[in-house]
Amino acid sequence: MQSAVIVFPASNCDRDAATALEKITGHKPLMVWHEETTLPKVDFVVIPGGFSYGDYLRSGAIAARSPIVRDIIKKAGNGLPVAGFCNGFQILTEAGLLPGALMRNKGLRFVCRPQKLQVVNKKTMFTSGYKDSEEITIPIAHFDGNYYADEDTLRKLRKSGQILFKYIDNPNGSLNDIAGICNKAGNVLGMMPHPERAVDPLHGGTDGIALFKSVLEAVR
Amino acid sequence: MIKIVITPELIAEHGLSEAEYEIICTRLGRTPNINELGIFSVMWSEHCSYKSSRRHLKKMLTKGDRVIQGPGENAGVIDIDDGDAIIFKMESHNHPSYIEPYQGAATGVGGIMRDVFTMGARPIANLNALRFGDPSHPKTKSLVAGVVHGIGGYGNCVGVPTVGGETNFHRGYNDNILVNAMCVGLAKADKVFYSAAEGVGNPIFYVGSKTGRDGIHGATMASAEFDDDSEQKRPTVQVGDPFTEKLLIEACMELMATDAIIAIQDMGAAGLTSSSIEMADKGGVGVKMNLDKVPQRESNMTPYEMMLSESQERMLMVIQPGKEHIAIEIFEKWDLDVAEVGITTDTGHLVLTHKGKTVCDIPIAPLGDDAPNLRRPYSKPKILETLNNDPVIDPIERGTDYKDIISILITSPDIASKRWIWEQYDRSVMGDTVQCSNSGGDAAIVRIHGTNKAVAITTDCTPRYVAADAFEGGKQAVAETYRNLCSVGAEPIAITDCLNFGNPERKDVMGQFVRSIEGIDAACRALDYPVVSGNVSLYNETNGQAIPPTPCIGGVGLIKDLDRYATLAGAKTGDHLVLLGNTDGWLGASLYAHLILGHDKSDAPIYAPPPVDLKAEKAVGTYIRRLIRDRRVNAVHDLSDGGLALAAIEMAFANRLGFELKGSADVPLYAWLFGEDQGRYLIAVEDNSLNPVISTARGLNIPAQRIGVVGGDRLIATGAFDLSLHDTHMEYENWLPNYMAD
Repeated sequence: MQSAVIVFPASNCDRDAATALEKITGHKPLMVWHEETTLPKVDFVVIPGGFSYGDYLRSGAIAARSPIVRDIIKKAGNGLPVAGFCNGFQILTEAGLLPGALMRNKGLRFVCRPQKLQVVNKKTMFTSGYKDSEEITIPIAHFDGNYYADEDTLRKLRKSGQILFKYIDNPNGSLNDIAGICNKAGNVLGMMPHPERAVDPLHGGTDGIALFKSVLEAVR
Repeated sequence: MIKIVITPELIAEHGLSEAEYEIICTRLGRTPNINELGIFSVMWSEHCSYKSSRRHLKKMLTKGDRVIQGPGENAGVIDIDDGDAIIFKMESHNHPSYIEPYQGAATGVGGIMRDVFTMGARPIANLNALRFGDPSHPKTKSLVAGVVHGIGGYGNCVGVPTVGGETNFHRGYNDNILVNAMCVGLAKADKVFYSAAEGVGNPIFYVGSKTGRDGIHGATMASAEFDDDSEQKRPTVQVGDPFTEKLLIEACMELMATDAIIAIQDMGAAGLTSSSIEMADKGGVGVKMNLDKVPQRESNMTPYEMMLSESQERMLMVIQPGKEHIAIEIFEKWDLDVAEVGITTDTGHLVLTHKGKTVCDIPIAPLGDDAPNLRRPYSKPKILETLNNDPVIDPIERGTDYKDIISILITSPDIASKRWIWEQYDRSVMGDTVQCSNSGGDAAIVRIHGTNKAVAITTDCTPRYVAADAFEGGKQAVAETYRNLCSVGAEPIAITDCLNFGNPERKDVMGQFVRSIEGIDAACRALDYPVVSGNVSLYNETNGQAIPPTPCIGGVGLIKDLDRYATLAGAKTGDHLVLLGNTDGWLGASLYAHLILGHDKSDAPIYAPPPVDLKAEKAVGTYIRRLIRDRRVNAVHDLSDGGLALAAIEMAFANRLGFELKGSADVPLYAWLFGEDQGRYLIAVEDNSLNPVISTARGLNIPAQRIGVVGGDRLIATGAFDLSLHDTHMEYENWLPNYMAD
């Protein structure tokens, strides 16, 4: 599987994402600079965490309008698998590829901890490697992870199985305890937790591996 | 330009003495203009010239087998094998953090990272040693919130994990908090960058953020005492932009991968002044700069303002002629300002032009050579004459109500969980954090990317020991970092020191300072553990009241094989608890004495702190590392504040397993539980390791005793307490969040 990791100014989990992808897929991902206008030919795109453009204006707002994201929007529409972790999730909502918005954490503090999650829907290309309703632990590290959408959108997300991960002990005030969602077509994932930080026993856990393996399986 | 007349008042405002001004006039052969006066003033400030401390720092051990670069550069450099080098330093940002906690702490973190990546190292870990006032002081809560928010706001954005540190509270810091930031970076040993601007005719480049009017005279502020008007100094606090810092790191790393850089220096205290002068001085050259070329954020900036601005996220570099385009391309790619502002010359002078006129022309050598090197008078602290050296103190009244004691200690501000703080720091970015604050452990462990080795990092200081006996306290701070590194199985390599004291013009403060350095040095020599970088922060006092002396030590060690390290977690049910090291039950200056016996309420220390036997320290540390290497131990924790009782309890928290301890007949129970004798470790070993571990220790003359067993959900010390692990843990966790929520 050939993957790509997008690099914005002040992305800071780009290397972590690349390390995880290489470890699990066996292939070094391509690092794609935000000013590029066209994605190289790849099977999977990761928008990594960080503070793209310093998170000025709103988290992810400026990155969502960068040249490369225009091409990501186009190709995601044609079914290209795309995953955004943390700041990547914020960028995907700002770009309109995922519904809702990520607001400041309810506690008004940055929160970094190993976070218990429940896999809500395992019938997607991102979660097929998990067990039904499996409880997993993936680190979170964010200030703006408080997921918000209107009631109608939330209902649709629930109905069409777009909620993939829920928090156990909600750390940030997210509605419906939402930690990660996908688009209706099921090829775009956004989640606040960092699966790339849970792929090595020395990370304290390896529950992130199954996510990358699921994608690997799906695009094979 | 309006001609500013140099008056005695102006000289005094610049913190220069009459004698110092005379030297300037003699060297110049004329009176300085305002720009030149400003430059001399900051270069000769305490902060930049180390005028009170230099002669004492010189005595310290700075060399060792693994030392590549000791003090004198932006940071210290050590060899960690395989062509890898670790570059690290700790620095204070105390005064700005008190005045404006968010920006003060944030720019402290930014500044120390620049010191490290200036030398070619990618920052891989940050730590912070924080000291706040008494929790009941009206400012403390907002200072804690602001400082923590600032540290997180900066470090999280830049994407460097904040992996450890320490937080103390004491009324002695009510008006002078301490924010000491440490950064550890990774470089290739043959790709370390230095600041010496060697060669004449080479272009000087300015890169990073634009220069504004912020932080003018920050170095002078850091060299004066506070008074009631200190809040008015707010405009001199710099404002940080971690986004730019992140871009600056990436751009510098990219440029450093080429061979375009001759010398590089970040603009820290005294900004463009100290960076240009240090580079020229070390390179033995002169510098000519055209200030019109300096990227400016505000209009009509004067040469004085540009030279003294402490705007953040800026670097100065000397580039190989012909390779200018490489630097320009990289910095433009990262949307950073880049400008050729000058050239190295053979005049030995710093020459500045502005709007076609020469606005400064001074010889560089005298700025360093003639910098004041004061012989401040100091006295042996008087309290040493009256200190009581008895190890065991009688427990008055409630001194043996154990359930109460545990509760008081576990919820005391220095001991209680700091989760509220470290959960606001990204600790796992970069994917190599093996151990950090959430393990509650002794040292953070950060893997060297792509390898199976790691660095262990810790910061330590016990100010109540230093206050009682600065020599022993200095020794102890170094020994405790050594112990913490050994606790995880790391070979201790070197330290950085951040020496926070009061006004050096006072004999007793200067006495504390000198004796602390002597103590630190004694420990460094005995443990073969040199100091490679550091920082001195003096004048930490308000209205004549100095802070408790706080020589904070940052220690770095190497774990060669990540398959063999230890933490305080890992004990299993049925494991034996073994105490290594000598126990007299030393209670002087202990947490127990301070909080339970009320010694903290006394104006001056009464009892001597526990002495550190450095020979024993080395022996037991070496033995611990051997046990970890041989996989003889499941868990290790060093004994520090609160002695054996708290060490065992902290281990129980980490393991989620209780224990049962049985005291020794030789020492009274309360002293056995809470004594803070140094050089001790608590370890958990399996049944089949028990006898070999104890007998080998005794063969090495290391006291070793089985003192209990791991298991269950109770914390039991026979004859003293029997507590619920869960409830005690909750008490421990709840103090700080409750305090901050109030």
